[in-house]
Amino acid sequence: MLQFMNVFGIWLGVFFTFSIFSFLYKDNPFYKLSEQIFVGLSAGYWFIYTIYYVMIPNLFSKLIGDFNANAILLIPGFLGLLMLLRIIPKLQWISRYPLSLVIATTAGVSIVLSLQTNIMQQITATMFNPFAAETTSQMIGGLLLIIGTICGIYFFYFSKKQEGLSAIPSKIGIWFLMLSFGASFGYTVMARISLLIGRLDFLLKDWLHLIK
Amino acid sequence: MTQDLKKTQFERRIIFLTLFIVVTLPLIFPLGLKTEITPLVQNAYDMIETAPDSSRIIISFDYDPSTITELQPMAQAIIEHCWRRGHKVIATALWPQGASMADAAFSFVIENGYKDKQYGVDYVNLGYKPGGTVTLQALGRDFQTIFPSDMKGTPISEIPAMQGIAKLGDIDAVMSLSAGDPGLMAWIMVASDKYKVKVSGGTTAISAPGFLTYVNKNQQLIGLLGGLKAASEYEKLIGVKGKATVNMDAQSVAHVLILVFITIGNIKAFRIRRKTRNAQMN
Amino acid sequence: MILTLIIGIIVIVSEFIPHPPFGRLTQTFESWFLIIFGFAIILGQISLVQVNLNKISRREENWIYHLIGLISLFVMVVFGLLWGTLETGGLLGQGESIQAAIGTKPFDYLFDNVYIPLSATMFSLLAFFIASAAYRAFIIRSFESNLLMITAVIVIIGRTSFGSFLTGWLPERFSFFHIPLLTDYIMEFPNTAAQRAILISAALGVIGSSLRIILGIERSYLGSDK
Repeated sequence: MLQFMNVFGIWLGVFFTFSIFSFLYKDNPFYKLSEQIFVGLSAGYWFIYTIYYVMIPNLFSKLIGDFNANAILLIPGFLGLLMLLRIIPKLQWISRYPLSLVIATTAGVSIVLSLQTNIMQQITATMFNPFAAETTSQMIGGLLLIIGTICGIYFFYFSKKQEGLSAIPSKIGIWFLMLSFGASFGYTVMARISLLIGRLDFLLKDWLHLIK
Repeated sequence: MTQDLKKTQFERRIIFLTLFIVVTLPLIFPLGLKTEITPLVQNAYDMIETAPDSSRIIISFDYDPSTITELQPMAQAIIEHCWRRGHKVIATALWPQGASMADAAFSFVIENGYKDKQYGVDYVNLGYKPGGTVTLQALGRDFQTIFPSDMKGTPISEIPAMQGIAKLGDIDAVMSLSAGDPGLMAWIMVASDKYKVKVSGGTTAISAPGFLTYVNKNQQLIGLLGGLKAASEYEKLIGVKGKATVNMDAQSVAHVLILVFITIGNIKAFRIRRKTRNAQMN
Repeated sequence: MILTLIIGIIVIVSEFIPHPPFGRLTQTFESWFLIIFGFAIILGQISLVQVNLNKISRREENWIYHLIGLISLFVMVVFGLLWGTLETGGLLGQGESIQAAIGTKPFDYLFDNVYIPLSATMFSLLAFFIASAAYRAFIIRSFESNLLMITAVIVIIGRTSFGSFLTGWLPERFSFFHIPLLTDYIMEFPNTAAQRAILISAALGVIGSSLRIILGIERSYLGSDK
């Protein structure tokens, strides 16, 4: 039975792999079937993992294990239930309270962390002496980094129309952005091809045993 | 119009078939192409290599099976590297499927030469928690609030590998393997910038260019593994011929094919433009 | 809105004044956040079921596929609830007899043999589309597209084993033009410059919209009637 289920599992994988690949020829019932099964399984997976690894350890286990010490957790539990009322149109307004807590906490945390990580640290990382570099190429690279960052930020300044001399840094910024998009395209190609290699690896190794 | 559409569809199918064949052949008949190590991967490797003995390293599995080809080999190589150095591995996940990916990675490495590694002593899987940066921020204050137990339900106070870890700052290093948000960005914001924990990571190749800005003199990120090539470089550093190394042959050949497609496409566009210009002149 | 303002201000102030009451309050909000977020995920699943049930009841186009999707969802949930997943037991325990028969728990069996192939294959289709896009859309038209193309070509070759093969013979003096090193240089300097500019600009945007939410100027999260 075990051997049969192992083989059956591989054939299931092969069936669904080719069902999805069939979309490359044209849309068809096999693809539609696979797509919906994927959505269903994905949702089911999320549901089970949320119950077992969030709700039970962080709420129910604590309340059942030591109710007196964790009674305060009844508040987020109650707020969570209010959140579920969002599915009933007439009672949707009640879900705004827990939603406010979630949104406000996220927004508050985002402001401080974004300011620190994505602005202050990035600006200070750009404040260095490029002429102190060991080699000429490093020095030129440092200058490119500083100029590119400043011109790139300038490009995103939309509050005033950029024309004449004031459009030059913007133009330089665009060039740096194009270099970056070219690099991103190269990496995107790598990423996408990797995904295909993974699937072919499964078909050739686990199914057809053509590779060890 | 219908003729053009049929021609386009035919061209598309030829492209798909060519790609399928070109990627399949090197998998069956490997070319044995060599890989050079890049500084970014070397720095990530050195972070684990130079960590003090028996360090506690968090590996955060922030991805799902869709990116398994790029990130799972990285996970396996990093786990093996940590165990060779005698470090304890603590697996967490900001994506729900990450917990299963962690389990699969541990099983694979154990089956391939590390059967002596004990759960709870050498490694532990704490499982999935949602919430991204807010959850990590809470982790920074108190570990037990977010992870009261591991995936088996064992309280973390009873797990040997977790002894002495009260908050995120008690961790020696973090390796986040990330396919998107939440993921490496959240770890950089909270663990690196706020709690000064060393952070490195692996991402899919698509995200890699965007994370390079964090590899700077402020050491927000120590090295970066970007994509399948970086995974193969890490495998080379630990002296293992893993899946990433084997798959790089097909990757290399496919890249050349993409360049061929770009060239043919541009030649075709150039000829059409010239024909149109000549027609206009006449 | 007032609740959003108060909580947002407390969270921001606690970054600068971590002592009680601000630090304690923020710690409380963060621990509550996890639980409420869990309910939000469950809300998403319920909503998905509701949408699909509507489509099935109205016999919309392709309704049979939505029915199959719902069945898959329920099967996955039932398996997970009855026998659990990985190390976690369900309502019927760890399901040792089922594990002996199929090698793993039913939930994990579906995950390994159906979900993983579906997920991985769905995204692997993109490889074909990028090949098609490279042929049809990646055309040199202007100076800027030239820059994009040249960089893309260098990176595409540089990130493979052919890169070192093609220019490995170059003498030390010209090592800058060794394709893998050139690729590293492009990624380290011009790419980082542009990405940093994008990151800083985007972060300013994030701060702006977070402030708008906290101050009550942005209220779309409250629902369509606000």
